Amino acid sequence: MKLRDGLLALILYALLGPASAALDLNQLMADLARHPGGRATFTERKYLAVLDKPVVSSGEMRFSPPAHMEKRTLSPHPEVLVLDKDVVTLERDKRRLTLRLDSQPEALAFVDSLRALLAGDRSALERSYALQLVGDTQKWVLHLLPSDQRISALVLRITVSGQGNQVRSIEYLQADGDRIVLDLLPIAGS
Amino acid sequence: MSAPVLRALLLWGIAMLAGLAIAWQSRFTADMSFVLPLHPSPTQEVMIRQIKEGVVTRLLMVGIQGGDAEQRAALSRELRRRLVTSGEFTSVQNGEAGSQDADRDYLFRNRYLLSPAVTPERFSVAGLRESIAHSIDLLASPAGMMLKTTLTRDPTGELWAQLGALDPAGEPPTRAGVWASRDGGRALLLLQTRALGSDTDGQAQAIATVEAEFEHARDALGPAMALEVAGPGRFAVRARETIRSEVSRLSALSAVAIVAVLAFVYRSPRLVLLGLLPVGSGALAGVVAVSLAFGTVFGITIGFGAALIGEAVDYSIYYFVQSGQVGAAAWRARFWPTVRLGVLTSLAGFGALLFSGFPGLAQLGLYAMTGVLTAALVTRFILPALAGPAPAVRDLSATGARLAAAARALHRWRWVALLLAAVALAHLTVHRDGLWQASISALSTSDPADLAADQALRADMAAPDARYMVVVHGADQESALQAAEAAGARLDTLVAAGRLGGYDSPARFLPSQSLQRQRQAALPDPEILAQRLATAQADSPLPASRLAPFIADIGAARSQPLLDRAQLDGTHLALATDALLERHDGGWSVLLPLRPPASDGEIDAAAVRAALGGTHILFIDLKGELNGLYASYLDEAQILALAGLAAIVALLAATLRSLPRLLAVTGPLALAVVLVMAGLHGLGKPLHLLHLVGFLLIVAVGSNYALFFERTAGPGGLDPTTLTSMVVANITTVIGFGVLGLSSVPVLHALGVTVGPGAALVLILSAAFLTRRPSAP
Repeated sequence: MKLRDGLLALILYALLGPASAALDLNQLMADLARHPGGRATFTERKYLAVLDKPVVSSGEMRFSPPAHMEKRTLSPHPEVLVLDKDVVTLERDKRRLTLRLDSQPEALAFVDSLRALLAGDRSALERSYALQLVGDTQKWVLHLLPSDQRISALVLRITVSGQGNQVRSIEYLQADGDRIVLDLLPIAGS
Repeated sequence: MSAPVLRALLLWGIAMLAGLAIAWQSRFTADMSFVLPLHPSPTQEVMIRQIKEGVVTRLLMVGIQGGDAEQRAALSRELRRRLVTSGEFTSVQNGEAGSQDADRDYLFRNRYLLSPAVTPERFSVAGLRESIAHSIDLLASPAGMMLKTTLTRDPTGELWAQLGALDPAGEPPTRAGVWASRDGGRALLLLQTRALGSDTDGQAQAIATVEAEFEHARDALGPAMALEVAGPGRFAVRARETIRSEVSRLSALSAVAIVAVLAFVYRSPRLVLLGLLPVGSGALAGVVAVSLAFGTVFGITIGFGAALIGEAVDYSIYYFVQSGQVGAAAWRARFWPTVRLGVLTSLAGFGALLFSGFPGLAQLGLYAMTGVLTAALVTRFILPALAGPAPAVRDLSATGARLAAAARALHRWRWVALLLAAVALAHLTVHRDGLWQASISALSTSDPADLAADQALRADMAAPDARYMVVVHGADQESALQAAEAAGARLDTLVAAGRLGGYDSPARFLPSQSLQRQRQAALPDPEILAQRLATAQADSPLPASRLAPFIADIGAARSQPLLDRAQLDGTHLALATDALLERHDGGWSVLLPLRPPASDGEIDAAAVRAALGGTHILFIDLKGELNGLYASYLDEAQILALAGLAAIVALLAATLRSLPRLLAVTGPLALAVVLVMAGLHGLGKPLHLLHLVGFLLIVAVGSNYALFFERTAGPGGLDPTTLTSMVVANITTVIGFGVLGLSSVPVLHALGVTVGPGAALVLILSAAFLTRRPSAP
């Protein structure tokens, strides 16, 4: 179902909360694994073929390792998305939608691999993606190219970029050509 | 043989042949319809239709266990493919991808006739601007991603508006691409049989097909996986199997035991056969009477035959044993009046049941009345002619003497009985508030294990238990759907206020023609729409220039033919619509099952009643209705039991014409009832409707024994031979009812454990209190 695919695609950014970075892939993984989580404001732009201008939304994200994430959208329409282990809950207009990730094996593989990224589990990650790291510790870019067909049905490429030990942007190129860019600004002291 | 005797024999022979012919043609049913009322109220009528032929009764839930998730999913797909090809099911769902494409397609294609948001204002400049902006907002959310591909055709979000009203939790989760239980441990399928729910043969056939196809599919796929089938059809088939096997088992058991007793007493195969003649005639007459009066004979009625055998054989025992001593003519003079009075009290007891609104009881009453009367008449008028003037029963005087000694011993110890009765009475007084079970489940034939399996699968399916529903009627489909839309509007206010989680309505998928026309009329002319869009979308990310598909779809919807039921064919929405929109003799009814609010999971019945106040809309609490029905049966049974009791006492009073003698006869009966009631309760058996009826039957059946003691005893007490005949007759009656106590069918079990011990107690107590001391020689 398209709804679920789209929903799960978006969970991706959430999972990639603020994190530290390193030039060496092994070290980047180790830093990601050690990251305690925290809060960040986000701005999300969806570049959809059907619209002349991107759809912009913004709000706050929170990540508590290993598996809890909240994405609170404030604009243009208040909404709360929570991923807790395998359960996704979406609250909007007093309605509540709950979804289990294991109901979609493709989506589960996708989210599992992103968990592997956060956990710094390089070998698990490389089962699903070809990894490519460029740049230096001050400005790095990690490309994830799906090798798992179930994932490439949803997403063609994920690009994570950061400065120092912070993830600053995640770009997600969907299989239908639409593109989503999530910019993150960590909230100091969180 | 004299002419009158020949005439009697001839009449009897013809009646038996005619009876066999009628019984051969009779319809027998073993389902639960015996608990449904004969004269239902309007709400009960809705309930009965649901229980007997509602679409829900055609649903079977299937669970596949064992193996791993992928294997179960493969088996689920293969089973679905096989069941679809079998042609026995109108719907086979397992959540497979693509299986719901037809539903979405229907909702999308016809969205301008189906969406509740379609009004003229929706397509004004302001309305378009607002609804399209809302759709674009939704695209920012994961929830709206599904709208992306259809945005240029449906920018106002009419598909979204429809989905908002549907049950969000209406489907089980999927695993490995098919429906699975919440813990993932089993794959699930939901089937709708082509056979009606009331067609138990068809249901049995459908279940057999599922089992056979499952085994074929599993053999092909290898691993050891197990199948579970649950649903109303399963219950019906199981209940029928239980009743069928028990009816033959219990009747056979009762017959064998009674024949053994008779053979022991008579030592003559000829007399045993002759003794069974009144019983056979009675049972046949009972079936014929029920068949002619009710049209259908319930399985439990036939099952009750086991008890009837034990009761009806008494008359021939009296005749053979007693007339062997005094001769046929003397028997008629001395004993027949007492037997006749006993028959009349039995008839009074069973006759009270005839007036019950509970068809199971009414049938039992008619069956037993006809059976007892026929057996007595055959004993009186046919048996002497066939058996000859003085049937040769072996000498029972030794046994009789021992029994007489026992009776005298009982008489000496009668204070023990009084003591026990006092204890029993005290027990009943202490526990008087919790004596009766007030739930109709007391009558259910369902096995608790089956019930548990059913509930587990139902929970996994997220199938709502349709406890509360709103029902509207109409003379035709159109007016019924209009009434459903009006009721829906009232329910919407409750949903908006959070008092109700939601409700299902067939008008969502098949609106009334008038509402469809109204929506069609709200759609603007394409040229006007284009102008409005240009204004509304001037500085939107979605400019009017991209919305040509929308304008084209609106143009098509303005002239599309209105929807009727036929266009739902091939979708699962057809199933949902048929389940809720039903045609019957008096017109059309629409059911709107209610969903509880998510917050506390309870529907506030008073709030719903208030919202529907002042209309002809029925609000039904199915569980409450069923329990109310049972409570009304219980109330009624109490009145009938008292009336039957009064009739028996009146009969005895009119015959005995003496208060002390009346008290002497009724005393043992009252004590037996008190002892049995306290005994059953003390053993932890919850008393229900059928126990109450059992108490009436203790009096009706037991009065025969008390009467013999009271009326036929000479100055030296009851003579040994008469006493022997009574003990033998009592044993057969106790066997007949006692065998019912072995039944797992609650109705039969309750009668058995009440009347069996009760009849034995009446004999013992009569012996204790009505035996006189032997006068001095």
